[in-house]
Amino acid sequence: MAPVGPRSGDAIFSSIDRVNAELFTLTYGAIVRQLLTDLEEVEEVNKQLDQMGYNIGIRLIDEFLAKSGVSRCVDFKETAEMIAKVGFKMFLGVTASVSSWDADGTCCSIILEDNPLVDFVELPDTCQGLYYCNVLSGVIRGALEMVSMKTEVTWTRDVLRGDDAYELQVKLLKQVAEEYPYKDDE
Amino acid sequence: MQFFGGSEISPSPPVPTASGNNAHMMYVFNRNGICLLYKEWNRPLHTLNPQQDHKLMFGLLFSLKSLTAKMDPVNADKGNLGVPQLPGQGCSFHSFRTNTYKLSFMETPSGIKIILVTHPKTGDLRESLKYIYSLYVEYVVKNPIYSPGSPIKSELFNTALDQYVRSIS
Repeated sequence: MAPVGPRSGDAIFSSIDRVNAELFTLTYGAIVRQLLTDLEEVEEVNKQLDQMGYNIGIRLIDEFLAKSGVSRCVDFKETAEMIAKVGFKMFLGVTASVSSWDADGTCCSIILEDNPLVDFVELPDTCQGLYYCNVLSGVIRGALEMVSMKTEVTWTRDVLRGDDAYELQVKLLKQVAEEYPYKDDE
Repeated sequence: MQFFGGSEISPSPPVPTASGNNAHMMYVFNRNGICLLYKEWNRPLHTLNPQQDHKLMFGLLFSLKSLTAKMDPVNADKGNLGVPQLPGQGCSFHSFRTNTYKLSFMETPSGIKIILVTHPKTGDLRESLKYIYSLYVEYVVKNPIYSPGSPIKSELFNTALDQYVRSIS
């Protein structure tokens, strides 16, 4: 059994149902807007978006696995490539690139040239601390946690804050081994 | 891998007719050993209470998986003895057969385990289990009302699953 996953998400992307990109972008915008109104603090909104992303991620992983047919990645490098090339393509229709690996292969950057979440968006002065796409970092964190990788995902570059690309730093904290879930006396 | 495969010494139950249902029962576990779903089609014999039964099944799979990886003569990726494996590490079995039933097993990297127990003469069910996994994704995971880790109550899923399992020959 040689589990070989797809190298790109194009085939899967073309075979699944999609929604209109503008509808998607505007819906996301409306959610962020509402969070800003409800929570008032920009920091709280960042946290909430990350939490929402996490909740999406822990479900999304199963859809990813079922549709991509990926069964395992040999190392974290392959995992990152899989997220960038297959995951982003499948769910957002864009491809990301992976770079800036550290020496032991546990920390890298995922760079998005094109980000469908931010069409029509400009950050006003009052929201300068906002990570508008913070939902994405939560999704990655949640999804990886379900395949036993504890990670820390942070934004290092953001076009809305004046950088030239979107860059997410993904850091592998630890891989959790599967454990027998029952105690002896249960 | 098949245990006791090929030997037809012991008497087998009669092969089900074309219209009959091959499946005995099915389990879905999550990574924490919680039985998300248990379904029964044809199981005249119950020896344990449901809770013990689920626990025994999960324990069997857990041990058998680690055993198959340890015995693997060709793959070096075994982990250390006594240390739990990382998901996806080592090889795993996908079915075993006794003279009275066949158990087919699939585990996803996210730790969902799908087990289908059928008539011993059933063929390879790996693709069927993948299909059941995709049903689970469509009807359970994508259902916003469902909270991950809780037993599955979805009628739609149950119906779709029942229909599909009955169609497996």
